Amino acid sequence: MSALLIAEHNNKELKPFTLNAITAASQIDENLHVLVIGHNADEVAKSISQIPSVKKVIQVDNEIYEKYLAENFTSVVVKNAENYSHIICSANTFGKNLMPRIAALLDTSQISDIIKVISADTFLRPIYAGNAFATVKSTDKKKCITIRPTSFDAAATSGGSAEIVKADAAEASSNIKFVKREEIKSDRPELGTARVVISGGRGMQSGDNFKLITAVADKLNAAIGASRAAVDAGYITNDHQVGQTGKVVVPDLYIAVGISGAIQHLAGMKESKVIVAINKDGEAPIFSVADYGLEADLFEALPQFLEELNKLNTIQK
Amino acid sequence: MKILVAVKRVIDYNVQVRVKDDGTGVVTDNVKMSTNPPDDNAIEEAVKIKESGKAKEIVAVTVGEEKAQETVRKALAVGADRGIHVKIDGIIEPLAVSKILQKIVDKEKPDLVFMGKQAIDDDCNQTGQMLGALLNWPQATFASKIEVKENSLEVTREVDEGLETVEVNTPAIVTCDLRLNEPRYASLPNIMKAKKKPIEQINASDLGIDTNSRIEMIKVEEPPKRKAGIKVANVEELVQKLKNEAKVI
Repeated sequence: MSALLIAEHNNKELKPFTLNAITAASQIDENLHVLVIGHNADEVAKSISQIPSVKKVIQVDNEIYEKYLAENFTSVVVKNAENYSHIICSANTFGKNLMPRIAALLDTSQISDIIKVISADTFLRPIYAGNAFATVKSTDKKKCITIRPTSFDAAATSGGSAEIVKADAAEASSNIKFVKREEIKSDRPELGTARVVISGGRGMQSGDNFKLITAVADKLNAAIGASRAAVDAGYITNDHQVGQTGKVVVPDLYIAVGISGAIQHLAGMKESKVIVAINKDGEAPIFSVADYGLEADLFEALPQFLEELNKLNTIQK
Repeated sequence: MKILVAVKRVIDYNVQVRVKDDGTGVVTDNVKMSTNPPDDNAIEEAVKIKESGKAKEIVAVTVGEEKAQETVRKALAVGADRGIHVKIDGIIEPLAVSKILQKIVDKEKPDLVFMGKQAIDDDCNQTGQMLGALLNWPQATFASKIEVKENSLEVTREVDEGLETVEVNTPAIVTCDLRLNEPRYASLPNIMKAKKKPIEQINASDLGIDTNSRIEMIKVEEPPKRKAGIKVANVEELVQKLKNEAKVI
């Protein structure tokens, strides 16, 4: 049997987290096929065929797939699932939305958000916002798995030459209509893959004050994150939220500014290599996970931080 | 319009969860339990829609042990009209829950099913989507805004890239984000009134569904602990440490 991975893309480019999911999928089964469902996504299919760990690319092209609606994707994945032991996708909002529909139709108990492949049927996954790790074994014949992308390295993108085969579309749902997508464009590194992340919390007190964060982020070429409290307060948009129900980040350096450190926030960042916390409350729980804690008023500390960074001759990018 | 809202009883979100010494799970004895937080948003949204005159009845349903009824009672206290408790003990996987909910939907014939987007205990994020597939209904997951139209809903969804809007025809499933609304507190008179509202009890075993676990829990363990860090005296020291000790800038 082989594994089938569902690629996430925007019809022009592959989304980078698919590469991490490919690494996990090829640990599960070396005979890895990738399903590219989309419209006019030939370039995506071609780029996947060059990934050395991919053995075959199956491309389904139809205009009903242009907006990646889970209702339409589900039927075509299920139609193509027959010869596979594993159906795999990354555990971001794309995969979270899609995979359970597939699993239900295949009558499989899905295993979500795995962080380690122990064997082809046994996986490690965090539960309770990462406060416990569960080793779980699937007894289903066909397994539906989603991958936490930040727990696996990205697969190499060149050197392969997998064949690309075309497959037919399946029926579309007439009960859902895509209206619009408001993507926040930014020149900064993506939150999920950035080497450095600087995040602000409720302590920022206003959206305007995030410019203090932005200035440091510019200097460090960092992505900007936020706690749920900061997003709820309207300081910053939802795509910046780090935590149990937001994004999980694992940068080399995570700087938490004015964030108290609720367990729901820690769930999204505590695997970061180096954690810095800047908070004026010395008792804030964030200090319990910080490698370097600075008990200070962020409105004084952030400008000083920028000043000190400016004094350095070189900064790693 | 009739709205079915599914709620789950979980360890309260403020509790520091502890792993059992024998590695079979987490400690739940004498631990505060509550309704799964985004399920509160699901109830709140249903109540708001009813208050706007666009829904006639709200039915709250839960699947779980005897005490899971508390979550239904709480939903009744904030505005649900009646409750259903599907009784079953032990760990029950989202696939089985969605099959049970499918039976309830067949019986109740709601126009909408609301629930939280994810339970904060197993963090699976599956049940709503699975139910959608089993019923062949459209889904609007991770909803942060809902507009009720004639025979459809326009829903804003929180996705990784930002916000997405879809229009789903009813009947439909919506899974709710924490930002959808601000759940109200139950007033004392409403808590008293809720005690008189009916909760129907159904045994899961009477529904003719296979609810056996398909996933074997091999062990539950503590995640690796971070080693204790240090407090730095000032910003200069912080930058020096990051540059020369951690070597990350």
